[in-house]
Amino acid sequence: MDWSIAGILALDGVTTGAIYALLALAIVLVFAVTRVIFIPQGEFVAYGALTLALLQLGRLPGTVWLLLALALLAAALDAIAGLRRGLAVGTLAIGALRSLAFPVGVTVFALWAAPRQLPLLVQSLLTLAIVTPLGPLVYRLAYEKLADATVLVLLIVSVGTHFALTGLGLVFFGAEGFRNPSFWDARFNAGPLTLTGQTLIIFMVSIALIVALWLFFERTLRGKALRATAVNRLGARLMGISTSGAGQLSFGLAAFMGALSGLLIGPATTMFYDSGFLIGLKGFVAAIFGALASYPAAALGALFVGLIESFGSFWASSFKEVIVFTLIIPVLLWRSFQHGHGDDEE
Amino acid sequence: MTILKLLAAATTALLVQAAQADITIGISLPLTGPASGLGIPMANYIKLWPQTIAGEKLVVTVLDDATDPTKGVVNAKKFVTEDKVDILMGSAATPVAIAMADTAAESGTPQFMFSPAVLPAGKDAWAFRLPQGNAVMAFAMIEHMKKLGVKTVGFLGYTDAYGESWLTDFKAQSVALGGPQIVAVERFARADTGVTGQALKLVAANPDAILVVASGSGAAMPHMAIVERGYKGRIYQTHAAATRDLMRVGGKAVEGAYVTSGPAVIPEQLPATHPSKALAADFVAKYEKVYGAGNRNQFAAHAYDTVVVLEKVIPVALQKAKPGTKEFRAAIRDAMETMGRTVVSHGVLNYSKDNHWGFTTETGVVLKVVNGDWKVE
Repeated sequence: MDWSIAGILALDGVTTGAIYALLALAIVLVFAVTRVIFIPQGEFVAYGALTLALLQLGRLPGTVWLLLALALLAAALDAIAGLRRGLAVGTLAIGALRSLAFPVGVTVFALWAAPRQLPLLVQSLLTLAIVTPLGPLVYRLAYEKLADATVLVLLIVSVGTHFALTGLGLVFFGAEGFRNPSFWDARFNAGPLTLTGQTLIIFMVSIALIVALWLFFERTLRGKALRATAVNRLGARLMGISTSGAGQLSFGLAAFMGALSGLLIGPATTMFYDSGFLIGLKGFVAAIFGALASYPAAALGALFVGLIESFGSFWASSFKEVIVFTLIIPVLLWRSFQHGHGDDEE
Repeated sequence: MTILKLLAAATTALLVQAAQADITIGISLPLTGPASGLGIPMANYIKLWPQTIAGEKLVVTVLDDATDPTKGVVNAKKFVTEDKVDILMGSAATPVAIAMADTAAESGTPQFMFSPAVLPAGKDAWAFRLPQGNAVMAFAMIEHMKKLGVKTVGFLGYTDAYGESWLTDFKAQSVALGGPQIVAVERFARADTGVTGQALKLVAANPDAILVVASGSGAAMPHMAIVERGYKGRIYQTHAAATRDLMRVGGKAVEGAYVTSGPAVIPEQLPATHPSKALAADFVAKYEKVYGAGNRNQFAAHAYDTVVVLEKVIPVALQKAKPGTKEFRAAIRDAMETMGRTVVSHGVLNYSKDNHWGFTTETGVVLKVVNGDWKVE
């Protein structure tokens, strides 16, 4: 190995690390706010990449129908709960209209736009608009009723949701993989290193998103409400913060970051309906570095995972995954020595 | 009178029994899960199977094994205990096919495997493979490499059974044929997001050719990574990559790639002397008539070949025993082992007692990707 090879590997590792960082941040965010270990995070990556791939082919992706079905289901549940509480039908109808307006709008637009093969950027925005609302809807339908259950129960629900979403992915996108076109075809040479436009976009978007998240948590009322919920659910509730709203918001952010990662990684590799799982798991390993609590530690952990993966594939390609996932063990050991064997349940 | 009545009753009973003794076939295929790309085209062709063979009605049941070995074994157990099938078939996914083999052997039921599954010695007494083994495909590839003067080969393959068996088969065949040497071995997994590390190492070793062992659209990503790293030599792909997904995903980067394939998917380009030309054309015509032009598929052709084999072995077995009996199942197996040279759409099958792989070296064809389409080399 010489410097040029090390440089190429490092660049490759940092690039995938940037994607893992987005996922790790989303996993930390969801866990901090709702105590859900969000295994289906990776599914949003696959949904994002493959929804765009189908739009590119001029076909209507099945995720649109999923969005519509989940939205209708959630609205129906709302209506039933409202009737039980004896709310007026008019109030209920307005509520249903408000919650259905966006999904129906997106569906109609997607129906119109799919065969027209609009520019890549418009299709990307449409993809985000389709996949992002899936997050809050998944929270509403799968987790909300169990919000006070133990971490273990929530984890089991996560596993179930993961399988359901992967299975639906197979129905929507088929068994074969897709590769999306690059957002920016430019190439920059710096010695032995070749920086592609796509790599630059990955870096810029990741950094921009991390900064935006920081601003959101530090400067906005909603961000602060999320932080408050993360610190103490009951306390936040007593202060008038809706924990259900906080849960939906965090899942929405997670789905957005997942779909965005999918758009970013789509042109760099072949995505299958089930590729998201492994990518999400690596994000999870990174999140473990931050003890599912610290955002900077999780982001650094993600870069570390990316680098280890890249160098591991050079030195011992058959043991690459083993190396990456074995990393968890020393980290967990160190964490448990540091904190003792306290019960993490609240 | 009474005797006549009795006789009549006995004959009717016998007739009823004969009618009940249809030939039952239980098929387990991955219709969902990672290998569904293989199972679905097969199930498509199975729908086009004839209703009867040698005058006996075929009762065919297809169950989904979801690419899951456990599910495959459950299906196989159901077939042999409840349905009492005469022939067990499946799966198209190697790990599932291997798991089902025990059930087939215990119950003494012939198993038609739709995957080149490697079983431990002595375990495959009841199992016959319909797809080509990697060895016969490696034969075609090595002959082609020798022709082009390739002396050294880098290997980039899946970390699973498919990659591993290609590596061992390629090495063994290459030694036997005096072919090229493998100078670097790198691995990756289908779900990997990149193979930059592996590609760097292979390009640094600078072999005359690189062999990529991957399947379907998964074969494009490593190929593109090697090209991206500036590799100028030849790149070979295996028959699992011989689908249009390679070009769909790989685009310009896979131009000039050499891909081994069974002959069934390119009847138009086969030389007139190729034994499979007629059957391959027949398969493509039948399949594309129902499922649309350009949808031909390597695995659907295995389902076509299954019928060719059945039409040959069932009449032989019927002479020895009635369907539904243990003897009939054994007779099917014996008929398979003694059926001799049988031309199918994928080449020439010739099973024997010691060889349940079937295909002779006449099967492998090397294709080149030219202008986004296949060209026979």
